[in-house]
Amino acid sequence: MMLSLSLRRALRAPWFTSLVTVLLLVVMLVAGAIGYDGFLSPQVMLNLLIDNAFLLVVAIGMSFVILSGGIDLSVGSVLALTTMVAAYLLQSWHWPPLLVIAAVLAMGAAFGAAMGAMIHYFKLQAFIVTLAGMFLARGLCYLISINSITIDEPLFVAMSQTRLELAGLFISPSVVIALGMLALAIWMAHCTRFGRAVYAIGGSESSALLMGLPVGRTKVLVYAFSGLCAALAGVLFSFYMLSGYGLHAQGVELDAIAAVVIGGTLLTGGYGYVAGTLTGVLILGVIQTLIAFDGSLSSWWTKIFIGALLFVFCVAQRVISLGASRGKPVAPAKAAPAGA
Amino acid sequence: MSASMDSKLIPDATAPGGAPMLAWLLRHPLVRPLAALAVLLLIDLLLVPGFFRLEIKDGHLYGALIDIINRAAPLMLAALGMTLVIATRGVDISVGAVVAISGAMAAILIGGKMVVVDGVSQYVSNVPMIWALAAAMGAALLCGAWNGLLVAGLGLQPIIATLILMVAGRGLAQLLTDGQIVTVYYKPFFFLGGGYLLGLPFSLFIAAAMFVLLAVLMKKTALGLFIESVGINPVASRLAGIRTAALIFFVYMFCSACAGLAGLMIASNIKSADANNAGLLLELDAILAVTLGGTSLAGGKFSLVGSVIGALIIQTLTYTIYSLGVPPEVNMVVKSVVVFLVCLSQSPEFRRLFKRSVS
Repeated sequence: MMLSLSLRRALRAPWFTSLVTVLLLVVMLVAGAIGYDGFLSPQVMLNLLIDNAFLLVVAIGMSFVILSGGIDLSVGSVLALTTMVAAYLLQSWHWPPLLVIAAVLAMGAAFGAAMGAMIHYFKLQAFIVTLAGMFLARGLCYLISINSITIDEPLFVAMSQTRLELAGLFISPSVVIALGMLALAIWMAHCTRFGRAVYAIGGSESSALLMGLPVGRTKVLVYAFSGLCAALAGVLFSFYMLSGYGLHAQGVELDAIAAVVIGGTLLTGGYGYVAGTLTGVLILGVIQTLIAFDGSLSSWWTKIFIGALLFVFCVAQRVISLGASRGKPVAPAKAAPAGA
Repeated sequence: MSASMDSKLIPDATAPGGAPMLAWLLRHPLVRPLAALAVLLLIDLLLVPGFFRLEIKDGHLYGALIDIINRAAPLMLAALGMTLVIATRGVDISVGAVVAISGAMAAILIGGKMVVVDGVSQYVSNVPMIWALAAAMGAALLCGAWNGLLVAGLGLQPIIATLILMVAGRGLAQLLTDGQIVTVYYKPFFFLGGGYLLGLPFSLFIAAAMFVLLAVLMKKTALGLFIESVGINPVASRLAGIRTAALIFFVYMFCSACAGLAGLMIASNIKSADANNAGLLLELDAILAVTLGGTSLAGGKFSLVGSVIGALIIQTLTYTIYSLGVPPEVNMVVKSVVVFLVCLSQSPEFRRLFKRSVS
């Protein structure tokens, strides 16, 4: 009786899905270690971070958007546009690299802020505005060039080839940037007014408004932050690929959403942890690594696995939130949430 | 929301003759999409030589207009299905994936082996074509049932519920085709997307049949009214005794069926199934067509004719951009700007701001 009670309480705790995700990650790692030689070597684990640093940064921005109850489908295209603009400014206009990075970051933030302003001030649906933003950013890529532009600027090449050694292992500078961004985001989400406003808006926008929180400013800032993250991810991606191309990062928005959801953030907003996003990204990375280690599975299994995981987590979230609303003593029994 | 929609989507009952008649016409919901189409056609008339020329070649009509209609047919189907989904306040972003799945299913089942019969080599299909088509449509319906179950049964947000199939669906289609582009050699299959009946593309007849079926269902039965009421207020509809869950489930099934049919058409037109690229971004075009046609993304009132016109606008726009020699990449930018403008024009807040700045 006591056990079942504490189990039920654990099921309802806000950190429960995040805990499940961590457990899932451990199980997948153990399964990989048993199944394949050398899977659990420290360098393979660090490679997970090296290969997914850009996805982590995109997903951090996406966590804020989803926490605030919105969605941003434009991040993949903004990422591609950033690589393209950066490559063009470096190779054709020969701007200094630091100025280029500053310019593209400002561009990403401005793009996000413009979409956020449309969503808030004109009361448009987030998904349709960011969908149009996705089209616009991809189209702008092709307006710059249809072909891939190779980057041979020394700083970018150096960032691409530098290996930060620690105890015989190495990581890339991008990993440091991504983890720094994660630390900043965790601080922003849990220790600042902005973070609290984001959670409040995700919980209930009208309540947040009645509480006197700056709803409009926060929403615009959330999308601006997501755009900034996408642009930073674009910079990291151009370090990784050393090129700008309109076809870069197709479908990254879906991976980012999947990572955020698997990381335990509730899709309806207001509930979840930015740190969970790291676990979500690592799980996606482990799936890819497992498939690469196996060798016999084709690449499309990645998509099927990610879809299946997404399904399981969405259903779990739904079941838990239904259970929570039924458990409340004050809730009238008949007022179950509407189906649509 | 409803007040602004009503003024736009329901033609006013007060429609006497004279000047009010003109005002009534101008306020008719189909005026804007039709005007947009007319402007595009006017540009084509002025800038594209021979745009309206129709010839009869090999016993069927031939020309730019026919080409546009033929290519717009799959989009029309997808847009018709999407209209109903959007009318219930939902959205289905797995349309492209369903197109890929049904195309792949049909292509692998039909394939085409070369067989020598009476000294003449000819291609035969692996299984009878009707079974292959049925299997492809069955797969599409299964996808729709899956979406419907997630949205209506579990109450997931539509965009997330269909996102799952959007991600996994293309993977499944690639699994079917083993990652290859499957080429079809069986001639009768090509009729679906490239054949002609009475001088007109056969695909047009399929789209028209679907439109008529839907229009009759919506106007002659209470189904259309139910769908609109679910979109306007789901809770009130449920309390009024409408079986909302079943209705929403049906709508997603129908949308996937339309997508499956579009997938067959596309596979038949390109004579192969490409799991990676078939129907890529079709869901966006379908949503765009629905929005262009005047259906509000907030759900409720919908216009089937509007969606068909929307699909025609998109295809004409694409054709115009190609034939003007503008790089086709501009197409995406133009489409996105159009979506922004249409959305803004639907926003009451924006209209208020606009009116204030004008006066």
